Amino acid sequence: MTTTVAAPAATQPVAEVKVARRWTQHGLLFVGPFLLVYLAFLVWPLLDGLRMSLSSVNIAGSNDELVGLANYAEAFGDPRMWRSLWNTIVFTALSTVPLVLLGLLLALLVHNLRFVRWLWRLSFFAPFLLPSAVVALLWRDMIYQPSFGLLNGTLGTDVLWLGDPGVAMWSVVLTTVWWTVGFNFLLYLAALQSIPQPLYEAAAIDGANAWVRLRAITLPMLRRTTGLIIVLQLLASLKVFDQIYLMTGGGPEDSTRSIIEYAYDVGFTGYRIGYASAVSYILFAIIVVISLVQLRLFRKREEGLS
Amino acid sequence: MRRGQLVLLVLAVLLAAAWLAPMAWAVATSLKPEGETTAVPSTWIGSEITLDAYALVLGTGGIVKWAINSAVTTLVVTFMTVLLSAMAAYGFARTSFRGRRVLLGLILAGIMVPPQVLIAPLFAEMVALGLVDTWWGIILPQIAAPLIVYILYKFFQEVPPELEQAAFVDGAGRWRVFFTIVLPLSRPVLGAVAIFTFITTWNNFLWPFLVSTDPNTMTLPVGLANVVQGTFGLRYAQIMASVVLAGLPLLVVFVLFQRQIIRGVAHTGLAGQ
Repeated sequence: MTTTVAAPAATQPVAEVKVARRWTQHGLLFVGPFLLVYLAFLVWPLLDGLRMSLSSVNIAGSNDELVGLANYAEAFGDPRMWRSLWNTIVFTALSTVPLVLLGLLLALLVHNLRFVRWLWRLSFFAPFLLPSAVVALLWRDMIYQPSFGLLNGTLGTDVLWLGDPGVAMWSVVLTTVWWTVGFNFLLYLAALQSIPQPLYEAAAIDGANAWVRLRAITLPMLRRTTGLIIVLQLLASLKVFDQIYLMTGGGPEDSTRSIIEYAYDVGFTGYRIGYASAVSYILFAIIVVISLVQLRLFRKREEGLS
Repeated sequence: MRRGQLVLLVLAVLLAAAWLAPMAWAVATSLKPEGETTAVPSTWIGSEITLDAYALVLGTGGIVKWAINSAVTTLVVTFMTVLLSAMAAYGFARTSFRGRRVLLGLILAGIMVPPQVLIAPLFAEMVALGLVDTWWGIILPQIAAPLIVYILYKFFQEVPPELEQAAFVDGAGRWRVFFTIVLPLSRPVLGAVAIFTFITTWNNFLWPFLVSTDPNTMTLPVGLANVVQGTFGLRYAQIMASVVLAGLPLLVVFVLFQRQIIRGVAHTGLAGQ
């Protein structure tokens, strides 16, 4: 983190000193407006949330007494908290694998096609541009609906896609893959386009076939991108809320309730904002750990390269 | 055409058809007469193609109002995010002041904070400020995006300072240099983060959902999730017409600006790491 601020030397002519001073003027005025918003709507709630998680405050702001770690102790003994944390981890594991692999495969496919690339890009990326509410209503009402829904109608099956506790999480994952794989697909596509073409030409001269080129050039060149995509995907999946809340409301039998939804439930329908904050902070701790591990991993790799 | 290309092409056609099918199904349902949407076995095309559902949704529902709320809040968030983040990033990259490193560290650390874990204290804050059910209540928390500051900070660090120095020698002040030289030079990266911010804000659900309880201030996704169900009950043609209308704006924008959007999403999506 070095800056290019010019330090005026003693021997510099007056004009240059003046220039150098202009470089350092107004720094706080530039930073100030963002800083105000940032302090008010990120730093403050972060600190206030920590305080709330140590208190018994309710949504009306009353009964605000410090209770120490009682909320955390309660959370760690709360089977519904564990269930929603487990659901979140299951969702993350189930969704990350297909989202990364399918993103890569779709990108490889489109990258190697010569015709109407814009059409394939549009097809796979378009769902990502839909609001979660659009996706959830569409899938819940018209695709997973057991009698006239598209899925049972097309497959000739009789599955309760969102009503069966053993199936619902898989259905949520399927919808999520359809909805968001386009993002990873785009990232992979951009990475593929930045692989230097001469590498492939040299390999072709050496007689390497497509499979060898894929294994020896493409996949190694994508390793860093893959690492980034996996981390981004893990962090995104751990925060899942919208599509689950809107499609199943956490059911059936709590089989799809995520940790964010549980925090929302105890805070906004159960009115226990203090307890909700504690539940949120448990997830936050997990996310911070993953972020720090990722920072270490990628910094090491960068140092290793240089 | 080589055989390999043909195989890939067939594969792409099949996959693209599968990917487009759910959206096509929504459109197909919205064009059916209401009585036929729940028929078993279901068909893609009803006995007639009718726009009745759209007329009803546009005439009776709040969808136009929600679209306006979405457009206003999204445009304000995008504009303010880009402006304030660019100013802050420029300040960190090009000026020195007391506490610069500490403040920069504080902002970079914020990248790790997911807005989803702040819902309870943020809502309490909005109640205290009286901003529940207002546009500003939806807008303000979404502007505090440290990731954008970081992306622009890295960009400004790599811009060679000679051009700005020349302008200073010519007597231009720092603000004029920022607005007339630096910002125009940065148009590609500003466009990229603006597109990214626009898409995520337009589609954001959790925060607008919490902070708007009055149908008059709801954004499109929130109105869709909260109200459409209650208004239209189990009339699926109308629900799907609402779904199509709510999904359409960004898709149209995407078709028009495909290249810029792809660059914006890919650039911003990875740049944060």
